[in-house]
Amino acid sequence: MPKERLLAYLLLAPSVLFLLVFFAWPFAEAFIVALQVRGEWSLGNFATMARDINFAPALRNTMLLILVIVPLQVMLALSMAMLLTRIRRQRDLVLYIWTIPLGISDLAAGIVWLALLSEQGYINTVLDALGLIEGPTLWLSYERPVALFVAVVAAELWRATAIVLVILVAGVQLIPREYGEAAEVFGAGAWQRFRRITLPLLKPSLQSALILRTILALEVFAVVVAISGRDLTVLMGEAYFWQNDYRDAGVASAYAVLILGISIACTLFFLRALRVREETEMR
Amino acid sequence: MRSARGLVGVLLLAGLTVATAATGAETVFLSSQLRPIEEAEKVRQVLLRDAPVEANFITDEPPMVVNRMLAEARAGDVSVGLIGALHGELQPLVEADVLQPVDDLMARLQDRDFVESFVELAKYGGDTQYFIPWMQATYIMAAHRQALEYLPEGADLNALTYDQLRQWGANIQQATGDRRLGFPAGPQGLMHRFFQGYLYPSFTGGVVTRFRSDDAVAMWEAFADIWEVTNPRSTSYAFMQEPLLAGEVWVAFDHTARLMDAFRQRPDDFVAFPAPAGPQGRGFMPVLAGLAIPAGSPDPDAAAQLIDYLTRPEVQVNLLREVAFYPVVDTELPTDLPQGIQIAGEAIAAQTAAPDALPSLLPVGLGEREGEFSKLFTDTFQLIVLRGADVRETLDRQVEVLRRLIEETGAPCWPPDQPSDGACPVD
Repeated sequence: MPKERLLAYLLLAPSVLFLLVFFAWPFAEAFIVALQVRGEWSLGNFATMARDINFAPALRNTMLLILVIVPLQVMLALSMAMLLTRIRRQRDLVLYIWTIPLGISDLAAGIVWLALLSEQGYINTVLDALGLIEGPTLWLSYERPVALFVAVVAAELWRATAIVLVILVAGVQLIPREYGEAAEVFGAGAWQRFRRITLPLLKPSLQSALILRTILALEVFAVVVAISGRDLTVLMGEAYFWQNDYRDAGVASAYAVLILGISIACTLFFLRALRVREETEMR
Repeated sequence: MRSARGLVGVLLLAGLTVATAATGAETVFLSSQLRPIEEAEKVRQVLLRDAPVEANFITDEPPMVVNRMLAEARAGDVSVGLIGALHGELQPLVEADVLQPVDDLMARLQDRDFVESFVELAKYGGDTQYFIPWMQATYIMAAHRQALEYLPEGADLNALTYDQLRQWGANIQQATGDRRLGFPAGPQGLMHRFFQGYLYPSFTGGVVTRFRSDDAVAMWEAFADIWEVTNPRSTSYAFMQEPLLAGEVWVAFDHTARLMDAFRQRPDDFVAFPAPAGPQGRGFMPVLAGLAIPAGSPDPDAAAQLIDYLTRPEVQVNLLREVAFYPVVDTELPTDLPQGIQIAGEAIAAQTAAPDALPSLLPVGLGEREGEFSKLFTDTFQLIVLRGADVRETLDRQVEVLRRLIEETGAPCWPPDQPSDGACPVD
């Protein structure tokens, strides 16, 4: 027995070491840097962060983005996953095409959408050619915060729905066909089967997808910067600007710690809200 | 085995002797500028080829140049014969008293016709000449020729005022329906230099001291009016040559290097001109590099000969041709320069020689906290111009940030603020 246990620890060791070096240590480092001002322990960095003129807008924008993007993505991915179960031929091909955006870096995705939406962009050109607008329209400017927000939401939907989709497709495939067939025999309609069988059995996948997507949405940065510059500011962007432009690692770390805190809170919330009960767990 | 080791020893010794001989004959010319390898090679192969004394041109990062000179002075073993660095980089060396005054040399170089304001800058507010001006770059304006027909009546492109710039933008908007003034106010843009070196000096005659003055209130109100006729995409522009070439912007402000592509690619479409003037003068930010001789230099005469050589008009023009830094002496630019350099060069000359010219320097003495100083100006801009906050209230709040920064760094005033003992006073 002890021998087996030793083997287990040995097999775990590389990943534990990896986590310690690349996660735990930077975590600790971020806290230390955030809590020190010129070598002395203090909450000064957090005070500077909270006083900054961009803090409130960044916090508000990040939260709004999460509230809008994550539900939309889950709904979209859910319908796409359901659609996939109905496709008989070339299913894999469709899945591959839908997941193409996963392979594109977020900065590149942002630039693609910028090229579409800018004043001289493709969408303007097409609309203009069709006579739907009078001359090129400037959508992406600080004067149109709603348009900026919608553009970022569109780009994020396009870019990151696939990750939710992949998780949900995997979950759907785990659900045994028999349940659905049995329900059909008892006369359940499509909506009832989805509502009563698929959705509850998909809960563990939904939970992972929600946690992953929310954390990633908290870190949204490159897409926003590419599309809006600093006109739509988000928490991660502020962290970057403090580190890179103002050369203040302390305040940048304070932002990082704040993002970490919100991530943990969201994760705990989803773990609780979507608690998987014993009887629905699949073995 | 034994003989091999002996041979190595002999070779090493020989190498050492050669090396010593080389450093003995050459003057070490240490520069914080022209660091890119192609530029440094141009200096070595082209510019210094005909120099009267042999110079060994080496480059290093600005802080390293300063640290090395301080260390050499402290060790009492100075190996560098000539220093080439920006005005702000030389200041710590002036304060540490490790530069040899060059008043005599300056007197001998009277015929060079140095730009008077640069000569003054090299005195750091005192009477002693600490360096000889070497070369400059700066920020200027550029315009598409299409925009010229909308210039307000009676406006002279080379003596524009900020009020006329606003009127110009308004005329363009009225005629074309589009706002076509442009500023590099994006995350990668150099907008903070516009506030520090152009707007504040032009309207208040200072940067730090007069940050919250009534003149500053009038200034922000005037700039908010200019912004009304400015392309709103400006908050994402970095290099103004891009929106200029794309036609999104017709009139723009930026660093010469960030406008150069427009002048180079379409020299017939674009003109360059000096920045506008405000009530206190034509504030502009020269990026001035100077030549200084360290105290205790191994061969001050050789260094003086090199300075004499490098400031000759023909060498200054060569420098411009090879590395696109502009002359600091009054000289006719030849007509066979690359067109882009020619276009920007005329504007720089007009800006520097303007009767109301008010040179304003890069911040000095803030060290690693310069980023915060720049943030102060872009934040104030965001609050007042983009978010419409009350000007007086905003300045009263932001001035506290400035006061803290200046007190914590102890930075003394730099031009155009009046020289100060100790930290620069904030009114």
